[in-house]
Amino acid sequence: MTALPMPELPGSLPLGSAPALTVNHVTHAFGARKALDDVSLSVPTGSFTALLGPNGAGKTTLFSLITRLYDNRTGRIDVLGHDVRRAPAAALSKLGVVFQARTLDLELSVVQNLLYHATLHGMGFAAGRRRALEVLAQAGLADRAGDKVRRLSGGQMRRVEIARALMHRPSLLLLDEPTVGLDIASRAALVAQVRALVAQEGIGVLWATHIIEEITATDRIVVLHRGRIRAEGAHDAVLAQAGAADVSEAFLTLVGDGPDAGAAA
Amino acid sequence: MSEAPRPFRLSLAGYAICMAGICWREGLRFLNQRGRFLSALVRPLVWLFIFAAGFRSVLGVSIIPPYDTYVLYEVYVTPGLVAMIQLFNGLQSSLSMVYDREVGAMRILLVSPYPRWFLLVSKLVAGICVSLLQVYAFLAVAWFWEVELPPIGYLAVVPALLLSGLMLGAMGLLMSSVFRQMENFASVMNFVIFPMFFASSALYPLWRVQESSLVLWWICTFNPFTYAVELIRFALYGQFNPLAALVVAGCALVFLAASILAYDPSAGVMARRGGPEDAK
Repeated sequence: MTALPMPELPGSLPLGSAPALTVNHVTHAFGARKALDDVSLSVPTGSFTALLGPNGAGKTTLFSLITRLYDNRTGRIDVLGHDVRRAPAAALSKLGVVFQARTLDLELSVVQNLLYHATLHGMGFAAGRRRALEVLAQAGLADRAGDKVRRLSGGQMRRVEIARALMHRPSLLLLDEPTVGLDIASRAALVAQVRALVAQEGIGVLWATHIIEEITATDRIVVLHRGRIRAEGAHDAVLAQAGAADVSEAFLTLVGDGPDAGAAA
Repeated sequence: MSEAPRPFRLSLAGYAICMAGICWREGLRFLNQRGRFLSALVRPLVWLFIFAAGFRSVLGVSIIPPYDTYVLYEVYVTPGLVAMIQLFNGLQSSLSMVYDREVGAMRILLVSPYPRWFLLVSKLVAGICVSLLQVYAFLAVAWFWEVELPPIGYLAVVPALLLSGLMLGAMGLLMSSVFRQMENFASVMNFVIFPMFFASSALYPLWRVQESSLVLWWICTFNPFTYAVELIRFALYGQFNPLAALVVAGCALVFLAASILAYDPSAGVMARRGGPEDAK
């Protein structure tokens, strides 16, 4: 498991050493309920990191803190070396997000949704339109640019959301259970699309899921359960740590309520 | 030796583009919702054509500023109906924010790199722009109903509309931060819109209210909507009402500051109350 030192910061870390994302000793509670408990993890640039955890593990809370929907009160979160609390503009400008809930405006067309996002990142309309057509072509949706979003299938909507997240050329892409509700073919296409982005554009991806089949042997894995990190590292390292033959078995060992669970944490 | 990251700076042009984008999206939504435009127009027109016409002979209006002569009741209620359009529009915009939060679309706005206060102000500006369209459409129809204002009034009212729109929009924004579901918010609208509208100088001058009930007069006097109505009324006749401007500007600042605080990621109600669902 990777243990990250708590940086003695000003607002930003040196670029050369900065991973796409570092989360250091973050604890977050809603009232008396602790949603995250001393969470530390990192996502290197150009890596696909799967954040595995059952429902209620704290994945969405973690995403909310990384995207600064609310502030972390303890610990520190850096995106490309920029502290999300102290330098939110720099951090958020490097960040692309696909939330668990669909966030497209159904009444607008595909390209209008993308253009709106572009302006929220300070990109002009002309440049935004050019970029929108580019990312839609990459997603295989160029022919649907003018369609109202409500006319798209669930899988196409997800691809549009990924295209939207890429509009401002982020260095880190967060995806919160993006394949929920999709059929097998759409799911596979979506995973392949994101993996291609990692390979071709070198962006870091944090992919929250509880679907084991989406993980491959080249991925990094972070297991989150009941607000705590149970394991973090390369695929094989996590399997070795759990003493398991595959990810499915490792996951059950690490998040199970049996005697092994505590040891894994 | 590692290279320090370049300091990130949001340009002024970027701010302008961001605000323009938020206004553009609000405009598109407005155009897509023709029913919203029609109801925004029909509501005050019903008041003007039916209510005001019916009460013309019952409710006489003496000469009070800014009027320099007796005016028909339709003429008297027109500024109040303009303010009503803004009141409904302000809360309608906030209702759409509750909806956006419920379906998750709010997140896309809030993860923009621009400061949250700026994003909220931009949302307010977008709502005010939409309300200006509604107000001028109403005034155009009213003109054919012989509610003819001094030509300068059509221009002089713009700053008054911006200020009152800001106050009413900020009030709605503050309310939208408190309510988590559309149903709750919709019911509150009934408890806010109608009392604010009726307990004001929109339909009858305050001296008339004072004659019939001192308590009601006090309520009307403390109702910020009264000052929005008077600000608009004076502006429509090319005059400036400093007290109304001061009260409206003060309330706008208070409501805006409170709503920015409510949406603040570290101090806001979303951060304190929550759970991931609130982050939508």
